[in-house]
Parts: sequence; structure tokens; C-alpha cells
Amino acid sequence: MDGLDDIVEEFLVESHENLDQLDTDLVALEQEPDSRERLSSIFRTIHTIKGTSGFLAFNRLEEVTHVGENMLSRLRDGELALTPQRTSVLLQMVDTVRSLLASIEASGGEGSVDVSAVVAGISAAMEDGPASATEATVAEPPVVEPPAAEAPAAQEAAAKKAAAKKAPAKKAPAKRAPAKRAPRAAAVPAPAVEELPETPQEDLRADLPEEPVAPAPVAEEHPVPEPAVADHPEGEGAPAADAAGGQARRAVADSTIRVDVDLLDELMLLVGELVLTRNQIVQNVARQTDTDLIRASQRLNLIASELQEGVMKTRMQPIDHIWSKLPRVVRDLGLQLKKSIRLEMEGRDTELDKTLLEAVKDPLTHLVRNSVDHGIEAPEARKKAGKPAEGVLTLRARHESGQVVVEVADDGAGIDPAKLGAKAVQRGLLTQEALNRMSPADVLQLIFLPGFSTAAAVTNVSGRGVGMDVVKTNIESIGGTIEVESDPGVGTVCRLRIPLTLAIVPALTVECASDRYAIPQISLQELVSLDAEKAANAVEEVGGAQVYRLRGELLPLVRLTDVLGLTSERHDGHVVIAVLRSEGRRFGLVVDRVINTEEIVVKAVGGQLKAIGLYSGATVLGDGTVALILDVQALARRALRTETTDRQEARAGSLQTVSAETDRQRMLLAAIGGGRRVAIPLDTVTRLEQVRSEAVEKVGNREVVQYRGAILPMVRLDRHLGAYGETDREVLEVIVYSDHGRSVAIVVEEILDIVDGEAAVRSDIDDMGLLGSAVLGDKVTELLDVRAAILAADPAFYSAPSSSTPAGVPDSLLEV
Amino acid sequence: MTAPTRMLAPATSGQLATFRLDGDLYGIEVEHVQEVLRSQQLTRVPLAPTAVAGLINLRGQVVTAIELRERLGRPARPEGTDPVVIVVRLHGEAVSMLVDSIADVVDVDASDFEAPPDTLEGQARDLIRGAYKLDGKLLLALDVQKAVSA
Repeated sequence: MDGLDDIVEEFLVESHENLDQLDTDLVALEQEPDSRERLSSIFRTIHTIKGTSGFLAFNRLEEVTHVGENMLSRLRDGELALTPQRTSVLLQMVDTVRSLLASIEASGGEGSVDVSAVVAGISAAMEDGPASATEATVAEPPVVEPPAAEAPAAQEAAAKKAAAKKAPAKKAPAKRAPAKRAPRAAAVPAPAVEELPETPQEDLRADLPEEPVAPAPVAEEHPVPEPAVADHPEGEGAPAADAAGGQARRAVADSTIRVDVDLLDELMLLVGELVLTRNQIVQNVARQTDTDLIRASQRLNLIASELQEGVMKTRMQPIDHIWSKLPRVVRDLGLQLKKSIRLEMEGRDTELDKTLLEAVKDPLTHLVRNSVDHGIEAPEARKKAGKPAEGVLTLRARHESGQVVVEVADDGAGIDPAKLGAKAVQRGLLTQEALNRMSPADVLQLIFLPGFSTAAAVTNVSGRGVGMDVVKTNIESIGGTIEVESDPGVGTVCRLRIPLTLAIVPALTVECASDRYAIPQISLQELVSLDAEKAANAVEEVGGAQVYRLRGELLPLVRLTDVLGLTSERHDGHVVIAVLRSEGRRFGLVVDRVINTEEIVVKAVGGQLKAIGLYSGATVLGDGTVALILDVQALARRALRTETTDRQEARAGSLQTVSAETDRQRMLLAAIGGGRRVAIPLDTVTRLEQVRSEAVEKVGNREVVQYRGAILPMVRLDRHLGAYGETDREVLEVIVYSDHGRSVAIVVEEILDIVDGEAAVRSDIDDMGLLGSAVLGDKVTELLDVRAAILAADPAFYSAPSSSTPAGVPDSLLEV
Repeated sequence: MTAPTRMLAPATSGQLATFRLDGDLYGIEVEHVQEVLRSQQLTRVPLAPTAVAGLINLRGQVVTAIELRERLGRPARPEGTDPVVIVVRLHGEAVSMLVDSIADVVDVDASDFEAPPDTLEGQARDLIRGAYKLDGKLLLALDVQKAVSA
């Protein structure tokens, strides 16, 4: 049974259903022989079976249904009248079809069910009315035989053989049946023998050599009992075959039923309600002391979870349903592009919700096309790169922490972040400075920017990008995420994370201004809680916008109260940050407090609320109150938009005043000791770190520090600028600067502030290492010549090849 | 009188479920009314139109509640008085309206119907189809459809 292909299985289920209908129809047809409608319906059924069997190469099935179809079409067109005898042959045909289907189901092949008699019978019945009366009785064997064959007695078998022998003899003039029979008979014996593992039949098989006349029809006829018995389980003979046939049948036709998807949706809805009620009860019971009640509620909890899982499963389909179309896509596109590509699939039985499956189909096809088109190189290029000429495209699917992860991986040229970044800058999507600050991994995510996705960009960038923003939007609309990883020269991986189901999602519930909101877990990365004392230091301002240094990286903070236009009810200075990721950007959502995580059932909200574009729905929490579900993507777009605008303004500004590069720039203010302050353009700062002084090591006469698995050259700004502050500090404040895959650490005494560097007053005191000075925040501040400072740490910094770097800063260091 | 008002006017014989709002008596077609609830816990929806009073939990279903006073341009309900929730079903979707109190179901006759007076102003004019002249009082026929599409 497992050997059966999905298509065959579907065909069997469908055909069994149709055949049952056919029996009823045929009998009814006898009552009203003129019903064109019934005839058409019967015709269609047989036609469908014929068509599919031809496609699946079940030749005999095709043959039977073909003659049946001929007869039916003539009946339908009124060329023939339906006589009881014609009905009989049609019913025989149905029986034969059923036997064939049973055999296909049991063994995957047509076995040795004989069809010639029926074919001849039908043909004869079509020819002329009266003469076929005798034919019909002869054509009986397929139907009459089963009960006879049930008896293992060899005699009976022999008798039957005689009957069977008679049949072809008589039928000789009847059309093509005999001609067809010979080649088929030759082909059949092998499956026939295979099919008879049971002892009762072995007796019959033993007869074979003894029968010198017409062995082929015998071999063909004997297995008939097996499938036929399946229809008459009470038959005493061939019990083993009965069991086997019965099981197989149940496995396909009887073990599946077709259910209306609407009904499943309704069930899902009800289960959702049950989950909510369960949550409510469990919460209430937690406050009780009655042990029986607690036990009952625990059971309820368990059963509800299992039921939820079960109902969810009814809507699950293996991802292979959408994957199965991809080999063709890859092949066609590969031929078209003259690329040789092998498609590999891993985890094709990974299941996900039907609706989600549909939603993923197009994006996935798009990604595959992209990989074939732009990812995998032409064979010559591959050979040149030392790779096998044949490219490999791998699809992987797996379940991972309540999500389905689908990967589209190719072993192509990969995406060069440098080229990609350059393209993005050229297209005006971000500034060069901003690009320099980005890690290669972040740069790759640029391909999802809407403005980036044009065909021109793609070919020039040796990468992807056609409609990637559309792919992203589609995936995000079903609550999924997408990311891309690429190793230039080695390949690219696009990874989709899709929720298992849309209806019930794990979510974090938070409180804000005494209302509760739900945040889908899929966007949540981590939670940070700061007490008042810590928060005062850790939450800093960048030109009015609050940021938090999350392990050295600046995390823009968004206050939910500000977004919603409410007033926070948290006055104790505590800051609770939910670190969220959306569209490749991370931000911290400041909420009043975190309540807990729970499974929520997503309820649609009315049009008025959808229009706000901040809520993806609503849910009923455990205590029965309604909570809004925040649409993290929309929230990010709304809250971070200002930042993007700023960036654009900054870009415009930098274009206008190329000469005065410090104008209108954000500056990081740092104290370097001796009361001196320097300003460093923020664009050049990648990260802020703290390094313990004992971690500082020496390479030659240079100071270095081990940082994220790499060696980072250091420059102490105080010494560099001749300020000489205290040198015995335990913890050094470090500004990490990265450019073109290399980084240096700039040590300052203290990070003071970030200001908008509108250099109103500038003097030309041109000290070594300084560009000049300006009044920033009412104090004279020196403007650091970053270039000079970096060269002091790493003289080779600006000479491109990284191999010549004395301190050996590998490219991987950029992954910050 | 506008065209749609005239179109709607003839089809208004039948039963109206009536309720009170700021001293006036209003009615909506009884077949739209799904149920009437005592005051419910409302979850406010920040940034929503002012007429959206919030969301209520109707046996697990989330239903938007429209403050009819706001919708009709009436002053806010006095502190300390709880609204009554009328749940209406339109196109298969449940929406609810907050009113002051519920009154009887009234049989109305189209012959008593008159279009809203020309002096009726503002947003209320769009929402009130007209008035039925009952004994001693006027029953204002509310266009539910428009009232809840805040």
C-alpha cells in the first residue's frame, strides 16, 4: 500500500466513490431507460476512469472502460436502446473495473484480472440485440467466477478453465479481443505469481504446468478471487487474501472521507473557542484549592490541547503538494537558460495548514525561479569556479519550535554584499555611511527593499531581487518571516519561517496604559527588563530618539504609549523592552509590563479597526477580556518611518554639502580625558563596547583586543591626540569602527552624548588628528579626524587587500 | 429630501425595536437585532474613530461597539450610567451599538412616516431616515447600516 503513489491513491478513492454511484445509476437506469441525464453521468464516470487509467498506464482498465464508454456513448446518443441485457454487461463492466481497482490497490498493478470476456460481451451487446443473449452468459465469467474460485478444489478450477477456454473460442469473431489477449497474457504471469503468496492459491498454481492448453488465460483468471473476495468478505476461501484485500481497501477507500473545508473551518473555530474557555477555566482553577476540580481542569487542559492538535492536523497537508510542481519549473527554466540543475527535496512530508500552503506556493515558486535564474551559474562558469557543472537546488522543510522552516538553497554564485550594497547606495536607498555600518548579513537583507527589486538591479548585482519585496510581503501577510544568507561563490539560502496555522498563535501579552495587547511570538526576539537605576543609564538618546545598547548594538526604542497616543501608567522608571524584529529591522517596544505568553485565537476585527493599520486582529484572553493583537510590521513601519525620513534627509544634506562633511551630521560626543571632548561622526560608528583593560594584548608595539573571534587593533584616542587621561581604568569604553570588512577599536574615556552636529562655530585650529573644532552643546568640541585615528591603529586600513593587514582583521569581523 | 431617503421610505412598515438615546426614541428594524445585553466590559481601541467605543467579548466573538451618542453628535453619556448594548447582525457580521436604554418593539405603519425635517443637521441627518408619528411622541428611524459603519 505504501508503494502507491499519491495520484494512484487519489484515483482509487475517487473511482470507488464513482463506482458506487454507478451501480445505483445503472439500476435506476433500467427503470427509466430514457434518462439522458443518468446516461450522461454514467458516461462521464466511465470516461474519467478511462482517461485516468490511460494516463496511469493501466491498460486493461482502459480497455474495459473504453468499450464501455463506446457503448454508453451510443446509448446516450440514442443509437442503441438500453435492454436489460445491455444493462447486465454494463454492470459486469463495473464489476470488472472494481476487480481491477482492487487489484491495483492490493498490488499496485492490474494483476491478472481478465477483461477480455467482458470486452467481448460488451462488443457483442453493441453489435446486435438478440444474438448477444448467448454471449452475455458466456461473458459472465468475471462475475460468476469469484464464488467458484473461492473453493480451493482443483477440479472446479479445471472446470472453469474449460469454460474460459470456451469463451475465447466463441468470441473469436468478436472484434479485437482475442488479438489483444495474447500479448497481454505473455506479460501477465509474473505479476500473477507475485500476487499469490497465500497457500490456498498455491494449489491452484500447482495446476498450471499440468494444463497444456491455453495456460495464459488460466494464469490470468486465477487471481480474480483475491480482489473479488474483498467484495465478499464472508467468503470462506482464501482467508488470507481476504484479509489482505480488506485491509488494503480500508486503507484507501474506506479510511478516508472527503470533508468540506468549511466544516473543518467551523471545527477549528469551535476548538478555538474551547481553547479560550480552557484558558479561562485553568486560570480560575489555579486560584482554587479543590483538588478534584484542579485535576479535572488539568485533564481538560490536556484534552483541549490534543483536540486542538487533532483538528489542526485535519487541515494539514504535506508541503509536497506544492513542491511537486517545482521539478517541472526547474527543468523547464533550466533548459531555457541552458543550465543543468538537479533539484533535491528534503522533508517533503512536512505538513502545514492548507491555507498557508496555498499562500506559500507563489513565493516559493518565485524563490525557486530566482535561484535557477540568478543563483546557479551557467555550466562553464561553474566549471571555472571548480564546481561540478550540474547545479544543485535544494528544498528543505522541517518543523522547528512551532513553525515550519522552508529553505530554498542553491550552490550558485551567491550574493556579493559589497556589490549589493553599492547598488543600494546607487539607487539611493541608503547612504554610503549607513551601508558601511551594516554587517554583510544585514546588507543581504537589502534585496527585500521595495525599490531594489528591479530586473536591472538583479543582473548587475549577480544576485537576486526580482520581486523579492513581493515575496516578503506575501510571507509576512501570513505571519511568516523571510531571511537570506549567502556565501559568495558557495551559494545562497532563502529561509522562510511560517507559522503552523493562522488560527491559533502563540503570543506574548503585554500591558500598556492598563490595557492588554498581544504580540505574536514570531516577531519577538527577547525581553529586556531594566530597573529604574539601570534604565536611567542604559536608555540613551540619539537626537531625541531613544536607544538602548543591547549588547553593544544600538536598539531604537519605540514606546507603545506614544504610538497609541496613550499615557503610560508606569511611573517607577522601570523599562520593559520587547525586542522585536520586522522586515530585517530590530527595534525595542517599550511596554508597561509583560503579562505572560499564551496561545491566542485570532479573531477578525471589523473594517473600522482594520483601517487603523496597527492591529492584525483581536483575541479573547483567559479572563474573558478582549485584547488587540499588534501588527508588528505595521508598528515598525509607523514608528520607524521617522528614522527612514531622517536618513533620507541626511542623504540629501550630505549631497548638498559634500565639502563640509561635518555639517548636519549626528555626532557621537566622547570625553578623552583632560576635559577634552571630541566629536566623531556617528555614521562611522558601528558599535559601542566595553572592554576590560586586562583583555588588551600587544602585537608588536600595537595594542589589540580579541573581539568576537577576531583581533581588533586599538587606538587610544587620548594618546593619539595627546590628552593623556587616566590610564589605569579597568573598563575601557570602545568605539568600534568598521569599513570594508575591517574594524578598529577607538578607545575613549567616556561616551557622553549623541548630538546633531550643526557646526555653527568652527575654528581652524588644525591640530594633529583633528579636523577642527566646533561648539557642540555649548562646549567647544574637537572634531576627530577619524581617518587619521584609524590609520594610527591600523596603517593598512584603507589599503584594500585584507591579506596585508598586519593585525589580520578577517572579514568575518564585520558580522557585528 | 434626498433620493435614498425617498427610496427607503416605503419599505418601513413593520416592527421596530426601539431604544432611548439622550431623551429621544429611536427605532431599528427588529430583524437586524440579534440580542440586547446589559453593560459589557469594553476594550478600548487606541487611534480608532471616536465613535468606536471599544470591543466586547460576545461569547468568544469579538464585536466592535459603536457609541451611538457620539455617532449622532449627542453629548457623552453622563458619568455613572451604564449603556445598553444592542447587537445587530448585518451581512453576517455582528456589530453592537451603545444606547441609553432599551424600549419596546413597536408596530409602525408607513403612513405615519415622514422624512426628517429640513432643520435636522449634521451627521444625524445621514443616519436618521425619518420619523414615525406615534401618539404623543416621535419615533426616529435609524439607518443601522450607516450608523455602525463609523
